[in-house]
Amino acid sequence: MSQQTYRKPVPTPSPETKRYWEGCKNHELWLPYCRSCERFFFYPRDFCPRCFSWDVEWRRSKGRGKLYSFAIHYRVWHPAWAAEVPYVTALVELDEGVRLYTNLVDVDADPKKIRCDLPVEVVFEDVSEEISLPKFRPLDSRS
Amino acid sequence: MSPAARRSAPAAADLKEKRELFRKVAVVGVDECDEIGIVPHKSVLQLHAEAARNALADAGIDKSEVDAVLTCSAGWASSLQVAEYLGITPSYTDSTAVGGSSFVIHVEHAAAAIAAGICNVALITHGETGHSNRFRQGAGRPGLDPWFPAPQFEAPYHVGGAPTNYALACMRHMHEYGTTHEQLAEIAVATRKWAQLNPKAMMREPLTMEDVLSSRWITYPFHLYDCCLVTDAGGAVVVTSAERARDCRKSPVWVLGSGEATTHQSISQMPDLTQTPARHSGARAFSMAGVRPEEIDVVEVYDSFTYTALVTLEELGFCAKGEGGPFVSGQRTAPGGDLPMNTHGGGLSYTHPGMYGIFLIIEAVRQLRAECGERQVPGAKLALVNGTGGVLSSTGTLILGAD
Ligand SMILES: [Zn+2]
Repeated sequence: MSQQTYRKPVPTPSPETKRYWEGCKNHELWLPYCRSCERFFFYPRDFCPRCFSWDVEWRRSKGRGKLYSFAIHYRVWHPAWAAEVPYVTALVELDEGVRLYTNLVDVDADPKKIRCDLPVEVVFEDVSEEISLPKFRPLDSRS
Repeated sequence: MSPAARRSAPAAADLKEKRELFRKVAVVGVDECDEIGIVPHKSVLQLHAEAARNALADAGIDKSEVDAVLTCSAGWASSLQVAEYLGITPSYTDSTAVGGSSFVIHVEHAAAAIAAGICNVALITHGETGHSNRFRQGAGRPGLDPWFPAPQFEAPYHVGGAPTNYALACMRHMHEYGTTHEQLAEIAVATRKWAQLNPKAMMREPLTMEDVLSSRWITYPFHLYDCCLVTDAGGAVVVTSAERARDCRKSPVWVLGSGEATTHQSISQMPDLTQTPARHSGARAFSMAGVRPEEIDVVEVYDSFTYTALVTLEELGFCAKGEGGPFVSGQRTAPGGDLPMNTHGGGLSYTHPGMYGIFLIIEAVRQLRAECGERQVPGAKLALVNGTGGVLSSTGTLILGAD
């Protein structure tokens, strides 16, 4: 999709999330990891929201997980999505244990063809010079 | 595991302290504004004012006695705006804004302040023109700081209304527990039957299971009739001390139990999509009141969606976890059913201006005063109110009792 026609909201990286969006730009999913409780967390912050440690680092995700839940939109809530209904919003639970709000793509937006716990993998959509959005597709849809 | 066992037990200190609020305050006045439904010719603040006047008249309390104002639907620093507009200079205000549960939570906050002697007559107001805002210039939600989480991690994927997030939660519940569209439709149909008995309800035409199941998808898994109305409406509630309550126009409705709980803001941070904070706020309220779900005569729970009511019944312990679908089947919550629920017709069929919690309190109080005419639940002595706010993020539970 050309940048001229891309009308959906584009994220503005913050000091805390810059590393995440840099990773996405390179089509890599990097997640914040707490060295104190040894678990990933999301969304990115300077500290771990579980144990409140500031000893955090970035680690690369394998980009795989499962579809925790999904919803299919038949109504145009925002004009930028007008050409896409029906489309699918999803919560993906990554193998690293964190959940991302995202879109399920490369799939028919048909309730009969989508089910919770479906294995998924990350794909990136380049939406601007700086921003690529991580989205997810069913693992078995790889061509 | 039983719902009770899956709840995290409130700390002992919490219960001891809360017990001190038991029966210390009463709801003594309730009412809507003069017109509810589609009211494009009135402002939000007019709705607040009419509701305040009507609820104070219901209580038999003069405005000059009000020393606390609690609200959240009048812009920035809502309680300041409403107090100024009404001509009140209170000693206590609370603009707690956590979505549709706010007004239920305001009752607990008012009760604590009254019990502590900070104030004596608390006025909780709400006015919202969710329907007419669409047509009124300049309305709409203020933009968020782009460095906040939602503009970065949600808005790029979808911008839309509440159905999105509630649909995600409902879908997971359907997956884990086998909850069906038919079971959700049972709630829409039962709630409409109550609305048919309420002259103030917006939707009073008969509604069948077939109507619900053949209505268009809004956001799968929700059909049109799984979703609440979007109306213009206001309401107000007056809460005061036990002592002052004795001299009011009507019998007091006692606050026997209350609880508040919050688990997240955005849906991606919800600890478990199939659980709501009502398990915590409900446990606190039941424990404070010293009653069990089976003792409740009438239930008023937020029904932003059919699913919201279904999962709330589970979380409050009216049935086992995951059994909400079978539990509401056979029109259990309809007039004449075992569990009278949303007896004014709910957000689904009576009114829902955007935030709805205050209307749950109004109906519970009216039921306990036996003022409900055709829809009266005979002999109702104990009512439960559960408000839900955000994206199943915040809940406030009240257990109210008549003498
Ligand atoms: Zn940690």
